[in-house]
Amino acid sequence: MTEARLHSVLATGPRPRPASAASAALTFGWRGMLKIKHVPEQLMDVTLTPVLFVLMFTYLFGGAISGSTAEYLDYILPGILVMSVLFTTVYSGVSLNTDLTKGVVDRFRSLPIWRPAPLVGALLGDSLRYLLAGTVIVVLGVVLGYRPGAGLTGVVLALALVIVFAFALSWVFTTLGLLLRSPNAVMNAGFTAIFPLTFLSNVFVAPETLPGPLKAFVDVNPISILASASRGLMEGNVASTDILVVLGTAVLLTAVFAPLTTYLYRTRG
Amino acid sequence: MSRDALAIEASGLVKSFGGTRAVDGVDLAVRAGAVYGVLGPNGAGKTTTIRMLSTLLRPDAGSASVFGHDIVTEADTVRGLISLTGQLASVDEELTGRENLVLLGRLLGLTRRAAKDRAADLLDAFGLVEAAGRLVKHYSGGMRRRLDIAASIVVNREVMFLDEPTTGLDPRSRNQVWDIVRALAAEGTTTLFCTQYLDEADQLADGIAVIDRGRVIAEGTPSQLKASIGSGALHVRLLDPDQRAEAELLLASELSMVHLEPDPAALSAPCADAHRAAEAVAALSRAGVRVASFSLGQPSLDEVFLALTGHPAEDQTEDAEVVEEERT
Repeated sequence: MTEARLHSVLATGPRPRPASAASAALTFGWRGMLKIKHVPEQLMDVTLTPVLFVLMFTYLFGGAISGSTAEYLDYILPGILVMSVLFTTVYSGVSLNTDLTKGVVDRFRSLPIWRPAPLVGALLGDSLRYLLAGTVIVVLGVVLGYRPGAGLTGVVLALALVIVFAFALSWVFTTLGLLLRSPNAVMNAGFTAIFPLTFLSNVFVAPETLPGPLKAFVDVNPISILASASRGLMEGNVASTDILVVLGTAVLLTAVFAPLTTYLYRTRG
Repeated sequence: MSRDALAIEASGLVKSFGGTRAVDGVDLAVRAGAVYGVLGPNGAGKTTTIRMLSTLLRPDAGSASVFGHDIVTEADTVRGLISLTGQLASVDEELTGRENLVLLGRLLGLTRRAAKDRAADLLDAFGLVEAAGRLVKHYSGGMRRRLDIAASIVVNREVMFLDEPTTGLDPRSRNQVWDIVRALAAEGTTTLFCTQYLDEADQLADGIAVIDRGRVIAEGTPSQLKASIGSGALHVRLLDPDQRAEAELLLASELSMVHLEPDPAALSAPCADAHRAAEAVAALSRAGVRVASFSLGQPSLDEVFLALTGHPAEDQTEDAEVVEEERT
């Protein structure tokens, strides 16, 4: 490190125009991907857990619930897709909370860029994890004998719908990530919310046998509707109202929680 | 831009955390191109002041501007002019050094190609080429700090904020950081740093504000400040403690006030002038008082504080700020 060399490297001249909103968000998405590249172990939760879920639920409950594992697989595979991806959304809040304890956030917040870019970028990176989890489940399902009626197109559409919803739901957990004090607290609160919501849906069982009030709840639970829509897309008999309800809920969640997250991120000490 | 223009101007800045006034009416005026040191003990409000000036915290009262742009109402413009090197390393520990610099280059508007070239150039100049591909969490403190500063100058900035740039660094790394700050200053970048070390402020700054309990209690050039508090002291250690009484008399006649240290072989006398100190040591030697060692020390931050405030520079971190700092 010599003085002459130091002087030679000091930036002079005009500053470039800072990155646009989209470019900044994508750059933060790239940051998320680099982190996966450096610590690939962190993909365990989005690959192994879904595999366990598929195997456990299919072979443990298949016979009891649907009479045969093959029939139950048809019912539960789109449901497990929904569950696995939605469980992963909690980690968006956890990792944001972890990020906030690091000094680098101060630098990001002092840059002349679109305020929500670090948040949107991180969620874009997370969407890739959702896609990976979803793909693992579908591939495993096909290996086990699952044959989607609507073929690859149906699967891709179902995956896309689940990821859009997961992206929207992530904002709820990033809000939690900014409100709570530790990554563990975010994890606990997140799963306390997402666990019953997922199980009190039609992901595992058709709601016909449920007692009245519970059935009423399951029927309006957005996660039920997302699971129904995914089943429909993969089978080729989707109800368009289901898709509209899912997209509507996604827009609503984003409209409320994305600005809330951004506000909390911007105004925190 | 005129050199006489003010780069940073703050008046009456106030910030409280849970009832504790971390910053209690700070006024600052930093000339464009200056290197300005904010000196004070832990918890005096230095970090909070820097966080307000760099738009991370909104002041409860008072106002501040960077090149005339208000830090609250024109925060975006201010962010375009500044860069911040925070007290915690403001680099991403989970990325490599090179990735950190490319990331910032991209965010600040460089093309992919230009960001890569710029990163390579900075890594080379800051002696980080070998570590470029390693994750920052495996860097030493000095390497991390150098990367941190490199990240602050990826593109040209008008104002640099450095929060305790050398705290926790070994002497060699500290000198490297000082060299970088001096080089930046020579290029005309306005720099505001805060520090707990008078030595550091003295080495780097052409203006210093001494801050205590959230307020600026003294302001001036390093020499003005040192003159105002009566400056340093000559410290002498004798080979033979039995000669201390004799040494005390001799030093008293050469330099007036003499202070006997707890060490029975050591004594000290306030003295600003190196020449007079040398004369005094020579007088000891001529009189046959055997000297083991001597040094002319600058006044420590403790002495500055004692002189300016009448109380020692104890850690002033209040509970509220500890919580705040842990949270951020």
